[in-house]
Amino acid sequence: MSGVGTVKLKINGVEVTAYEGETILDAAKRAGIRIPTLCYLEGLSSYGSCRLCIVEIKGSPRLFPACTTPVSNGMEVITDSERLRKYRKMTIELLLSEKPHVCAVCVANGNCELQDLAREFGVDHLRVEREWTRQKIDLTHDFLVIDNNRCILCTRCVRVCDEIEGVHVLDIKARGKDSQIIIDMDDDWGSSKSCTSCRKCARVCPVGAIYVRDKPISETKDKNIAQFIISRRRR
Amino acid sequence: MSQIGKVSFATVWLSGCSGCHMSFLDQDERLIDLAEKINLVYSPLMDVKDFPDNVDVTIVEGAVGNEEQLNLLKKIRERTKILIAIGDCAVTGNVTALRNTLEKGSEEILQRAYIELADVNPLIPNDVPKLLRRACPLNEVVKVDYFIPGCPPSADLINYVLTEILAGRVPNMEGKAKYG
Repeated sequence: MSGVGTVKLKINGVEVTAYEGETILDAAKRAGIRIPTLCYLEGLSSYGSCRLCIVEIKGSPRLFPACTTPVSNGMEVITDSERLRKYRKMTIELLLSEKPHVCAVCVANGNCELQDLAREFGVDHLRVEREWTRQKIDLTHDFLVIDNNRCILCTRCVRVCDEIEGVHVLDIKARGKDSQIIIDMDDDWGSSKSCTSCRKCARVCPVGAIYVRDKPISETKDKNIAQFIISRRRR
Repeated sequence: MSQIGKVSFATVWLSGCSGCHMSFLDQDERLIDLAEKINLVYSPLMDVKDFPDNVDVTIVEGAVGNEEQLNLLKKIRERTKILIAIGDCAVTGNVTALRNTLEKGSEEILQRAYIELADVNPLIPNDVPKLLRRACPLNEVVKVDYFIPGCPPSADLINYVLTEILAGRVPNMEGKAKYG
């Protein structure tokens, strides 16, 4: 990789060459440096909602989401530090406290990216009081279920439905903690005429918010689906 | 076995299923090593009426579900040096606190359990401790020193945390704390 369209930057002290305009996350990934992510999914556009991929950039007191921040020449990025671990841990705690995430009774127990991150960062309790939300559980579809009480609003389902399946059945309504994933114009899933029942939303959901009824979640989840389809289309 | 120089140790079971105590017992032969270091002074496995004074370490299973448990937990906190929340109910509320999502909370479950599902004599008892409006984890009521999540936590994790604490070290939960 050389010549026009590339930049040089340092990630954790290691010199890395990256394409102009690509994100810090993509550059780090190619250099074999892992940055924890949650809402990001390879093959989909970046949304930057979860804040797990925050990194430090030398010369700025701010923290930047690696999945939406483009690289630039001479940039010095730190992906792991005491400060970043502290904020990432806090972010996971806040995600867990925003809804009644009860792993013991969740379909995704053992196959959940939020649960895995909590373990990785040693989130052994929540320092804030938990919200016991009572949002609607939509069971009207033949086999797809959405339980907004488990949703972390990563919007992977919205993006995969729009960008890969191309139908944009799913979207978000309301703001802040009242935000919810909705079907069409906030209709029952069972009555949706636009949904193709492709299950991609269930495949990419990192938690147990959207799932296929009566199927083991380990069989219905597939993090690589978006990236796989895109790479086939490019051939 | 002499009790001198040992750590006084208590185990308590609030609104939980006893699964965490079962997991504690699943430490198997490691319980023998543990017994060398501790002096059990209060537990559902023992016949002791009142929670004793000057306890070094207490592990508490279950969420705080009723007024009796609330008072007991406050008493435990006053009389214990190191308080450990064991299991998801004690740590987050877990299954016990699922009733918090009901519109009328405790009223709704009493109605369901004692009236709707009663075969004979439907009646809500008034001689049992009053349910709190919300079941809550221990750290919403008292200061908790250490947390062992899991439903139940594995015997290995319980053993790791207790071993570290009894040796005067702070357990590192990174990579170990698993909910559910």
